Amino acid sequence: MQSPGALEISRRDLLVASAATVTVAGAPSLGHSQTNIPEASTGTNVSFTVNGERLELELDNRTTLLDALREHLHLTGTKKGCDHGQCGACTVLVDGRRINACLTLAVMHEGGSITTIEGLGQPGNLHPMQAAFVEHDGFQCGYCTPGQICSSVAMLEEIRANIPSHVTGDLTAPAEITAAEIRERMSGNICRCGAYSNIVEAITEVAGRKT
Amino acid sequence: MRAFSYERASSIEAAAKAAASTDGAKFIAGGTNLLDLMKLEIETPTHLIDVNGLGLDRIEPTPEGGLRIGALVRNTDLAADERIRRDYGLLSRALLAGASGQLRNRATTAGNLLQRTRCPYFYDTNQPCNKRQPGSGCAAIAGFSRQLGVVGVSDACIATHPGDMAVAMRALDAVVETIGADGTTRSIPIADFHRLPGETPEIEHVLERGELITAVVLPKPMGGKHIYRKVRDRASYAFALVSVGAIVQPDGTGRIAVGGIAPKPWRDEAAEKELPRGAKAASTRLLADARPTEQNAFKITLVERMLSAVLAEARG
Repeated sequence: MQSPGALEISRRDLLVASAATVTVAGAPSLGHSQTNIPEASTGTNVSFTVNGERLELELDNRTTLLDALREHLHLTGTKKGCDHGQCGACTVLVDGRRINACLTLAVMHEGGSITTIEGLGQPGNLHPMQAAFVEHDGFQCGYCTPGQICSSVAMLEEIRANIPSHVTGDLTAPAEITAAEIRERMSGNICRCGAYSNIVEAITEVAGRKT
Repeated sequence: MRAFSYERASSIEAAAKAAASTDGAKFIAGGTNLLDLMKLEIETPTHLIDVNGLGLDRIEPTPEGGLRIGALVRNTDLAADERIRRDYGLLSRALLAGASGQLRNRATTAGNLLQRTRCPYFYDTNQPCNKRQPGSGCAAIAGFSRQLGVVGVSDACIATHPGDMAVAMRALDAVVETIGADGTTRSIPIADFHRLPGETPEIEHVLERGELITAVVLPKPMGGKHIYRKVRDRASYAFALVSVGAIVQPDGTGRIAVGGIAPKPWRDEAAEKELPRGAKAASTRLLADARPTEQNAFKITLVERMLSAVLAEARG
């Protein structure tokens, strides 16, 4: 049986060995990106408006709009869920349209106007959609909620702009606000708590119709 | 994601030239598929050419009575265009059946044609995939193949083209317009645009290096009843198991393109001649060369039943 001392030494050795492994494994990819790409060319200046404030940033080209908002501008209301455009937690408005902030590069939005959940409303000055989500209990954990709210605000504008959906019966008739339309149009926002029925009620109230 | 340099293209010609002369260059428009694949390092461009500012975002009438759709027209705008809704309802329906509201607001007409397969083995970099890594093998054929192709496939690849829009465009006989690095333009019928995998599944279309899609042209309206029917594992925001795009005329003749079953939108004019004889005759002809796996053989039956439903809807 090993003495406690021997065990202690072997644990320390293990930690040292592990750290060395990580260093070695990390080296090739670091070297790769540095040798293949000139350092100066991998960043770009971009200026856009976020929640009414004009900003200029110099960003690594790889920075998604989502990471620019959260990590560079510290607007952490916009959430990173899947980071692959499948969950909708990162939904923001760009030039009035809802998009997945995780699937677009920040440098692609030169001159753009971005609205995040922080820009829609603030504590004490809630956007009607935020107030309706609170009123109707349209969430449990709240992680998908900023995306749900940004998405639903823009979605109602899409209906008003007469953009049809998959469940629109007659493509040549004006788009209507119904529960079926809301559910279809909000399918890009996943809620793992399953607050969907309350979300539909909140959106319906803001839309000015009863379900 | 690997590092890359980035430029905002100043003109169509400059974009094509830059793409041809820069190693590892790719165009980026909506980016909804490309960035996803770059995060997974399945796509590893070393230079991105942003074509969003090139003004290719209009839908204009053609002298022939059709419409020229700019390459950068967003899916939402195309689906919502009054002329598309009235005269090409099939295309509107197909677009609205795809993706989510957020994605349709970004995804472009040209990018949609060029989107890559959603075969799970293409996405899983721990698995062999001839499309992702030529010569490595295909894990899908003996693997989880329920979603994958049954016709037009090869021993190297059974991936499907995942899109809805292209299915409608195939039924409509749209034409893809491009400009090359040397400034020459060409018109490619959508039927010839996507390639079958054969031994080279990594080559998915006929575009040459630097060649940029500038527009997709629709012929003049052809009347008839426009139907797009999509069967998938959930009611919204999912790729098709099988989709059928149909234009059926009052006399029972028509056009049928099928999605979700092949590496490209699947259409066979000989099968369309069978339409007046019913769904079974048409689908038997359409899938005569099918070679399904045990897991996706259900698609053969599903195509026939969907055709039957489409023909019933057209009569009603």
